[in-house]
Amino acid sequence: MAARSVKNLATGPRYFQDALDQMDDIGVGSLPIVLISGFFIGAVMVLQTGSQFTRFGQAALTGDIVAIALVRELGPTLTGILVAGRCSSGIASELGSMLVTEQVDAMRAMGTDPSRKLITPRVLATVLMLPLLTALNDFVGLLGGCVASVFSLRLGAVEFWTRAIKALDFADLMQGFTKPMVYGFILATVGCYKGLNVRGGTQGVGRATTQAVVLASVLIIAADLFLTKLALYLGDKLF
Amino acid sequence: MTPAAATATTNSGPAVAFDNVYLGFDEGDILRGVSFSVPARETLVLLGETGSGKTLTLKLAAGLLKPTRGNVSVLGHQVSSMSEKELLSLRERIGFVFQEGALFDSMTVGENVAYRLREEHVKETEIEPRVQEALQFVELEHTADQLPSELSGGMRRRVSIARALINRPDIVLYDSPTAGLDPITSQTIISLIMRLRDVYGVTALLATQRLQDGFALANFCFDKEAKHVVRVSPNRRPKDGQTADATRFMVYKDGRIYFEGDPQELSSTKDPYLRRFLV
Repeated sequence: MAARSVKNLATGPRYFQDALDQMDDIGVGSLPIVLISGFFIGAVMVLQTGSQFTRFGQAALTGDIVAIALVRELGPTLTGILVAGRCSSGIASELGSMLVTEQVDAMRAMGTDPSRKLITPRVLATVLMLPLLTALNDFVGLLGGCVASVFSLRLGAVEFWTRAIKALDFADLMQGFTKPMVYGFILATVGCYKGLNVRGGTQGVGRATTQAVVLASVLIIAADLFLTKLALYLGDKLF
Repeated sequence: MTPAAATATTNSGPAVAFDNVYLGFDEGDILRGVSFSVPARETLVLLGETGSGKTLTLKLAAGLLKPTRGNVSVLGHQVSSMSEKELLSLRERIGFVFQEGALFDSMTVGENVAYRLREEHVKETEIEPRVQEALQFVELEHTADQLPSELSGGMRRRVSIARALINRPDIVLYDSPTAGLDPITSQTIISLIMRLRDVYGVTALLATQRLQDGFALANFCFDKEAKHVVRVSPNRRPKDGQTADATRFMVYKDGRIYFEGDPQELSSTKDPYLRRFLV
């Protein structure tokens, strides 16, 4: 299913309007939870790390560590898990409901390939939207960190931002924006797979929805380990 | 509108043919060696208890399922050996009315009916009048902007019929179109199926548990000139020589064809199993 969703991009018919609708739903729709969560995660990180750095008189390092942790790790992974919670479940329940009410069969009966109409637009939209959501999550996380450091650690905002930006290099950004593309692929294909393999009517739809969120979240965390190892290896070799 | 049957009759042989078809799942075979054929313009009424394989027969005819064994031929194509891509283009000539309508619930009624035309990239200027025409046919032209959830069960079935006829199919497959409906709404649905048959000359497979649906199709027809349903004169068929647009019955029992014949044979049967359908 995952391979077919990519293969469908090479040949027609393509459903660009459906992909745009999904981008709106997945991208714009997930914005509030990603931004709110990002802000508080950034702030909490400053509080947790800042208290340790203050003990050694190095409170200014907080900006560095928060920026690296957010961009490399927390931003992509937490955004992936948040969007998995919202969209893997949404995709699984939508497609599962369509399956049990014979809408998928109706689509096939009218000459439409469901993998092109239902799967590919969702996979494409998630793969493209997740890096953008991650970028916003990172920015808002740093903003939250800045607010916390100003009010809690008495650091200057300019100093925080200067250190945070200087701490990041190209390899960090590459890692931070490659991961969400993989996570997007995972969460969309898991949602589609669980939705289109529903067994047992409406009860089955509920089960598939839960399974989609759990499986997508676990796979994202597991994939994070391998992607981090790969990114660090490539970072050492290339940059 | 050009009668769809014109296309169907250009193919030699039956519109639908099953040859020793088996279909099974984990729990065993549901269909066991089913063989029948439906000539163009004929209506075949499939009767049987719940789970006897009526819906599966329709899904096999539409290529939505593949038989475990045997051959299914539709409009001259071996459906059972075709790839999904080839089937997608064949299905453009087949209309399917699902049991619960299977309308796309996120689209309006108009968008549902227009779905197939948009898939075929028909010009928008052409789509609008054709959708109106199809909705007028089922007398629901005022519902074009409504969502399926705002319609009653009977109205949803009628929209489903409008959606199935929008591209003038050669064959229409009806899966229990009157199941769960009140008698008046059921009569409306059967009248529509009758009009579709008599106005456009489509070949039809109708799965149902209601014998009266089949008898209504056999004993009544839509008079195109008078524009209403009239009782078929007993002499009509021999007189007109229209044997091809007859209505036949087929009864399933335990995955096999138990009875196949015309309405007179069924109504005069002494078989206890068949008599249960006549009560």
